[in-house]
Amino acid sequence: MFDRQAPATPPARLAPRLTARNLRLGYGPQPVLHDLDLDIPTGQMTVIVGPNGCGKSTLLKALARLLPISEGEVQLDGAPIRDLPTRGVAQRLALLPQSPALPDGVTVRDLVAQGRFPHQGWLGRAHPDDGAAIDHALALTGLSDLAARPVTALSGGQRQRVWIAMVLAQETPLILLDEPTAWLDLRVQLDLMACLHRLTREAGRTLVLVLHELNLAAAFADHMVMLRAGRIVAQGTPEAVMTPDLLHQVFGLTASVIPDPQTGRPVCLPTAPL
Amino acid sequence: MKMALPLALVLLALSLLWHLSLGSRSMGWAEVVQALLAPDSASPAHAVLRELRLPRALAAITAGAALAVAGAVLQALTRNPLAEPATLGLAAGAASAVVLGVGLGGAAWAPWRPVLAAGGALSAAMLVASLTMAAPPARRQATLLLAGAAVTACLLALDGAAFLLWPETFRTLRLWLAGSLVGTDAGRLAMAAPFALAGLALALILGPTLRILSLGEDMARSLGLATGRMQALALLAVLLCTAAAIALAGPLGFVGLVVPHAIRLALPQHALPLPMIALGGALLLVLADIAARLVLAPAELSTGLVTALFGAPVFLWLVRARA
Repeated sequence: MFDRQAPATPPARLAPRLTARNLRLGYGPQPVLHDLDLDIPTGQMTVIVGPNGCGKSTLLKALARLLPISEGEVQLDGAPIRDLPTRGVAQRLALLPQSPALPDGVTVRDLVAQGRFPHQGWLGRAHPDDGAAIDHALALTGLSDLAARPVTALSGGQRQRVWIAMVLAQETPLILLDEPTAWLDLRVQLDLMACLHRLTREAGRTLVLVLHELNLAAAFADHMVMLRAGRIVAQGTPEAVMTPDLLHQVFGLTASVIPDPQTGRPVCLPTAPL
Repeated sequence: MKMALPLALVLLALSLLWHLSLGSRSMGWAEVVQALLAPDSASPAHAVLRELRLPRALAAITAGAALAVAGAVLQALTRNPLAEPATLGLAAGAASAVVLGVGLGGAAWAPWRPVLAAGGALSAAMLVASLTMAAPPARRQATLLLAGAAVTACLLALDGAAFLLWPETFRTLRLWLAGSLVGTDAGRLAMAAPFALAGLALALILGPTLRILSLGEDMARSLGLATGRMQALALLAVLLCTAAAIALAGPLGFVGLVVPHAIRLALPQHALPLPMIALGGALLLVLADIAARLVLAPAELSTGLVTALFGAPVFLWLVRARA
């Protein structure tokens, strides 16, 4: 089934392609993001965690050029992302927002095919690689057998895989996903995370995820970023970030952290306040 | 499903012949075909068919296709399944602009109906859009329809006031305001057709991109779509189509709502089959105009009444079928 054993050794360090320098978003004394410096490690899975309203989704959208930045900049391959054309960005960086709108009646393959848009000519003229890219995305997400089904007939977990297949068909080296596991059963969450993790290892993609579930984040992340009130409080390996001190400081949690007996990854066990 | 397009074309051709055969003196289909292809210049019946019946039938085709496509594009643009020119106030805006134009300017303004209608539809669209954007994002879908209804109500009141001021205008426009193709001649058709053709062509060109837009703004932009420019172009297509349809047939409701939903129900695997939607709209309005002339013959029902009488129940059925 899925491989819970997240490989211990992340791929060799490559130069970051996506970076944020001194990023500020929003004005006044309480900006949504401030003084934010971030290097997204290439070929790895970065997971952003933080309490509700800390600016996680905003950070993801700012990295994808979907929000205007007040100060500082986001750089893609060394160039300020706001100076790059929308289509050019979309050929290098894909974002799956939290709740994309599902058109009625559309089949799995049809929806996945929309991911080819940035590679297609004016008027949506097909690109010669479209078919292969769609097939590959369907295979990576285990959807090949469901390709002809209407998306509305699928379960929540399958539907989420269709959206992921769509951003995979975009064939971008960088993929940002906003809470891809929200509303799914635990088992489906694990399957999905294993599938995403394989993308970094087997397809060399760079992934950035926003996740709510701390233990899920720590089980799969190569790099964890902890955000509170628009600032990065800590970043590094899950072991370095998932500490009782930081959990208390960022989430107000009283928790003990123990290593998973199978994988050695940190697991947080919160204590209910009495 | 490859048969859908040829089938729709055949149905449209047959209903066009049927439409042309009707009138104070009904003609056989053979005579209709002869009058179209090899007209006898001495025959008054052939002259009537070419100068009166044909423009009216072509106006029904043009207005029907334009309204259906305007509805489908608005639904993709707003991601609201109830959006169409009539529900969002565009139809009322177009109609009020024509009423005001003809009231202030007199009959001389009548040929400028498509231009007036386009200006009115644009103003109403801007008003509805600004009311909608003022609402918090989570409530915009409901606000859009409420704003459309409110703007429509205000404009209808404005029309009423205009008719008190200019009773002559009312006599000229009464029939048209109820949705009617009576009195369509080649001149009116020639004035509106370029708007319809431009709007339909633009909508067809934008079709594949509209599918991307219907995934939501964030998704569309991260797929590399310049959404602002795209929305402006889609709105332009809607305005051109709405202006042409309303200049020809008056503010007809339900065509823009029923046709896109029915076509998508029939062809579920196509995300936005605009050519089929255009043909479906044309077919529906030709049939509605036939019904308008047959039901109370020799008297005539207004075509708008037929689309509403037929469209409202069909729409309710579609809502249930899709739920």
